Amino acid sequence: MADVTYEEPYGDVLGEDSAADDIYAGAYDTTEGRVYTVTGADWDSVLAPPEGEKERVVVNMGPQHPSTHGVLRLILELEGETVTEARCGIGYLHTGIEKNLEYRTWTQAVAYVTRMDYLAPIANEAGYVYAVEKLLGIVDDVPERAQLVRIITLELNRIQSHLVCLATGGFEMGALTAMTNGFRDRELVLDLLEMITGLRMNHAFIRPGGVAQDIPEGGVAKIREVMRKLPNQLDGVPQLLVDNGIWKDRTSGVGYLDLAGCMALGITGPVLRAAGLPYDVRKAQPYFGYEKFDFDVPTADTCDVYGRFLVRLEEMNQSIRIVEQALDMLEPGPVMVADKKIAWPAQLSIGGDGMGNSLEHIRHIMGESMEALIHHFKIVTEGFHVPAGQVYSAIEAPRGELGVHIVSDGGTRPYRVHFRDPSFNNLQATAAMCEGGQVADVIGAVASIDPVMGGVDR
Amino acid sequence: MTEIPQTSVDVVPVDVPTLPVVDVRKGMFGGGQSGDTSGYGGVVRRVEFPAPAQRPFGSYFDDVADELNACLADDGLSFDDAVEAVVLQADEITFHVRPEHLLAFVTRLRDEPSLRFEICTGVSGVHYPQMAGREFHAVWHFLSITHNRRIRVEVSAPAEHPHVPSIVSIYPADDWHEREAFDMFGIVFDGHPGLTRILMPDDWVGFPQRKDYPLGGIPVEYKGATIPPPDQRRSYS
Repeated sequence: MADVTYEEPYGDVLGEDSAADDIYAGAYDTTEGRVYTVTGADWDSVLAPPEGEKERVVVNMGPQHPSTHGVLRLILELEGETVTEARCGIGYLHTGIEKNLEYRTWTQAVAYVTRMDYLAPIANEAGYVYAVEKLLGIVDDVPERAQLVRIITLELNRIQSHLVCLATGGFEMGALTAMTNGFRDRELVLDLLEMITGLRMNHAFIRPGGVAQDIPEGGVAKIREVMRKLPNQLDGVPQLLVDNGIWKDRTSGVGYLDLAGCMALGITGPVLRAAGLPYDVRKAQPYFGYEKFDFDVPTADTCDVYGRFLVRLEEMNQSIRIVEQALDMLEPGPVMVADKKIAWPAQLSIGGDGMGNSLEHIRHIMGESMEALIHHFKIVTEGFHVPAGQVYSAIEAPRGELGVHIVSDGGTRPYRVHFRDPSFNNLQATAAMCEGGQVADVIGAVASIDPVMGGVDR
Repeated sequence: MTEIPQTSVDVVPVDVPTLPVVDVRKGMFGGGQSGDTSGYGGVVRRVEFPAPAQRPFGSYFDDVADELNACLADDGLSFDDAVEAVVLQADEITFHVRPEHLLAFVTRLRDEPSLRFEICTGVSGVHYPQMAGREFHAVWHFLSITHNRRIRVEVSAPAEHPHVPSIVSIYPADDWHEREAFDMFGIVFDGHPGLTRILMPDDWVGFPQRKDYPLGGIPVEYKGATIPPPDQRRSYS
């Protein structure tokens, strides 16, 4: 270390001995205090590989890199521009939601799970609620209208999630127009979700037994209007990118993962479908009445980033088809199960000061029925009992199969809830997709998995 | 095929109770601090998990069991050797598998054409401090896209030796899932290629999702009154 020499940036202002104080940074005194100048040029002495080993360059991309979709840390070993090894560091967004659920009632848990995969909040709620309903044995008792409203919100959620994937994925690879277009269109869909649920994200809308509230007056017409407008709007990105030579060069053959790789790594969702297998939980094991809908499962056979891009584009069009069919099927009726021991007692309603309690319900419990008041109090504070046992539900979230494993000890709180988040599982494919490729292609490959770290880390 | 690490799993032979009791609850409302004014304080309720099922299981479950029975015979095992109990609930089947036969069991699940469970959708740990000798459960879910079937496989381990076999050598997808179950419950998956923490920091002490690990939290004050943290609030039975 002693033979490291410094070039003083300001000539000899530092004096003869200043460099000896700190071997990495020369220092000198000013009227404002002591100033250090980091000089570097000592790489040879610091980074010499241990004897007998060749030099390795390991680069940490993230956890705060803008192209890592949140707080994903990619640990890349490089040889020049080529990635020789790729590993993921996750856990930066772990919030202990699964543990927290064990201390809340079955209904309260909805407000927690919606915050897991924050780009697919409705899917999280749906998966959880479906599991609870299976264990309660009320899957067939949920009213038709509630199921249709669930499907409408689920598909709107899928559109907005895919738009974020395409927008950020395009942005990361330099297609800035894909981002501006994607976020513009997403805003339309978020407006609809806000109108239906009251919030743009973290909706806590799907509840055990039904949904939190009905579609507001005029809502159906509004959804129809946007669904008419959306295909035209969505067409902008494909027109720009599908046959775009630069985009194809950047995505074709990148992040390759074939069907055998997908099977071994448990990959589901658009990544699997881009490998040619039309597996979709909505078709294979329908829930909420998906079997009544006419829609296609788009696939590609390229197994690469380009194929996943095409699959997501087409899935949005299929989601629009599903929403339109669901609107046609909507009949007036309740949106919560009839069993008063499970159903949340009140529907929200719109008042002069925004959304809030239903005045009709308040009048009923405060002025008319003591029993209704007691019941309201008990179900809100105590909740309902779920039979002891375990259950697993699987739904098709935007990123693949979302599995929810629930254990009940017969109490009013979950005993254990485990989310098999598709992002968590699919992120394991990073090494298989990236190793042997270029550093720049890592970004495309990770973007095509579309990981959402809130779901990965939970 | 990788070697089945038979020796690394110590199995404590436990008889399966016919009805696993999860909890015994007293009273109607779960409160214990104040006097019993309801008159229901003497009520005692045993909460039990569903009992093991007998054949016929219904649906495709009998086919799966028959095929497993047939192909496990090639390993010199009978179905009853490998499987402690079969539980049916909510149209789902659970095979409680003895840990020493887990690898043979899941190898057949993957490779047998009549079973063909291509995808393992991960493992979920569950902690039952009340089940002496089988405190930790590892619960795997398998999906067969070919036959459009799902099954659940459950293995238990005692608290003093929480080891179960890893199935990463058979289902690589299970890698991170087993690391998560280790991270959260301290279940050691013997044979996992790199069993390290995945969500918690590497130097974290304790296993956060065990039932004896506190949730944490601080009391909330509101107008002079104090509301205890969530894990100390009253829970209803």
